[in-house]
Amino acid sequence: MSQPAPTSVLPPRLFRGRLSVEAQTALLAPVLALLVAVLAANLLVLAYGESPAAILGLLLAGTWGSAYGIGQVLFKATPLILTGIAVALPFRAGLFNIGAEGQAVVGALATGVVGASLPAGTPWPVAIPLAAGAGFGAGALWGGLPGWLRGRFGAHEVILTIMLNFVALALANYVTVSGFALPETLHGPPIVGGAELSRLSRFFPALHGSAASTAFFGALGVALLSWWLLFRTVFGYEVRVLGGSLAAAVGSGIPPARIMTLVMAIAGGCAGLVGTSSVQGYKHYYEDGFSGGIGFMGIAVALLGRNHPLGLILAALLFGTLSQGGLAINARVPKELVEILQAVIILAVIASSQEVARVLRRTGGGR
Amino acid sequence: MSELLTLAFVVQIVRISVPYVLAALGGTFSERGGVTNIALEGILLASAFLFVLGSYLGGHAAVGLVCGLAGGVGTAALLGAMAVTWRADPIVSGVAINLLALGGTKFFLKLVWDSSSNSSRVAAIEPLARGEGDLGALLELATHPLIVATALLVGGSTLLLFRTRFGLRLRACGEHPAAAASLGIAVRRIRWTGVLLSGLLGGLGGVWLASNQHQFTDNMSNGRGYIALAAVIFGRWHPAYAALACLLFGTAEAVQILLQGQGHGVPTQLLQALPYLLTIVTVVGFMGRARPPAALGKPFEG
Repeated sequence: MSQPAPTSVLPPRLFRGRLSVEAQTALLAPVLALLVAVLAANLLVLAYGESPAAILGLLLAGTWGSAYGIGQVLFKATPLILTGIAVALPFRAGLFNIGAEGQAVVGALATGVVGASLPAGTPWPVAIPLAAGAGFGAGALWGGLPGWLRGRFGAHEVILTIMLNFVALALANYVTVSGFALPETLHGPPIVGGAELSRLSRFFPALHGSAASTAFFGALGVALLSWWLLFRTVFGYEVRVLGGSLAAAVGSGIPPARIMTLVMAIAGGCAGLVGTSSVQGYKHYYEDGFSGGIGFMGIAVALLGRNHPLGLILAALLFGTLSQGGLAINARVPKELVEILQAVIILAVIASSQEVARVLRRTGGGR
Repeated sequence: MSELLTLAFVVQIVRISVPYVLAALGGTFSERGGVTNIALEGILLASAFLFVLGSYLGGHAAVGLVCGLAGGVGTAALLGAMAVTWRADPIVSGVAINLLALGGTKFFLKLVWDSSSNSSRVAAIEPLARGEGDLGALLELATHPLIVATALLVGGSTLLLFRTRFGLRLRACGEHPAAAASLGIAVRRIRWTGVLLSGLLGGLGGVWLASNQHQFTDNMSNGRGYIALAAVIFGRWHPAYAALACLLFGTAEAVQILLQGQGHGVPTQLLQALPYLLTIVTVVGFMGRARPPAALGKPFEG
């Protein structure tokens, strides 16, 4: 292929080549990863003495095969979009947020506490933003703290966020058992009616019985907002410069510590909004131990979605499908098959994106 | 508080600390070589499961021991392939490996024992001598092969890391792999060795967990790998200090178990969170800087 003569002062050949490799990698790697996952699924299903085709049919019928199934997929995808954003945004700044789990837990707790302590009869235009805002705020604190410690003291955010996950679980458990929970239960009192989100089945009767709520559209909105923040604002530009090179950021007068704190706080806030999807949209009370790895799944979603807000919506839908599909096949094959697949997808994505990029560079396919 | 001073309590602390110590020793080797090891959790879980599977199918704890160690090494090999050979991010790899171990052990628990909670009872590794009362408990402790091995391994690991050619090379690969490579050290091979050692040591920790209970229960590692990682950091990547950190964390857990439901006014959740809080304080540098190996978590391109 002939190349136009370079016109810019940047080394254009190198620059264009790398971009192109990255673009091709972004498309090829997930496809390769899914192929590996499908292969693994086949082997495991065969090990269980079942037919892979029949199980796949069951999985698809239980998810995209009915309006109810679709509703359930949207329900499962909602928190994954939020925790996916919570991982993807800091990643753009070169930070690794392993703490979406803890941020989601404190967010949901705050939503549950505020939602339950609002006076009965609080109208929804007040109650919904207050309860959701509490979740965002608590998550933002839980995410902003490690961001600040990273920026100010250079403490590694990965270690901090992992440790804060456990502190969050202990804290939430403490609050729950020392007075917040209703007697003999591990869940708090119900939130006021005004803070509840409507089920989607109210607007689309076909979805009847599925747990999908308007929180799904809320999550889509948050994804769009984060796209805008990342690619259309000065802050987003600063985040991306910082992610590209710390030295470049400092050299162009971008304050790394402030950007790190802010991006981690926003990310934590997005994870905290899981409270909106699970407390306001589904259970209508806070329940201890509800999170069940939703934050770690966010890492997978962000990876598969290439840390792009729109890509991770698709990734969340895929993981939502797997997670709902797991329930559909559980009678024939243990639903843990799906957990294995999710892990295999992550491993295959990162291994293949390294390999695909290397092969592309070696063969000159990226030029 | 008199319960705190009994011999039984000390025995309890040691028993609780064993898996932490073994996993932390493993984590030290992996991280000193420059490979962040979040996968300790998965290593503990996979080796616990394979110990039980081996002991169940082979009918003898020795078979279980071999299978458990193989499970730990195999899980670590996955980390080695991802992070060393394919140069992927060791943290993402570790998170995924932990998910894989969690899902995989559940899947095969159902496949083999048709249960989602626990396996059947299997032969375990037993102490060589038994006795009655507190002194008996101490005797069982002192003659338990895995506990004796753990104590020896703490000293052995320290010697290996700081007094041998391999240890020097491993640390060089964690601090400055390019400089190590320029001296003719095969960086990837040394890093692989460190990772596999973490699988072997962590695997022994998993064997202890399962052997102690004579069975596998769902998610029986229960975050211990992360606590071990915290101990590695709190112990500043030194095997003996990491082991001491594990004893400290084990003491906190033993106190927590003792206080549970006694209404002493100390929230047990605070004790649960203690290892994590101490680690945060350490990495932030409030207790003197904990400096990780300079090239920790960075893939070696070369």
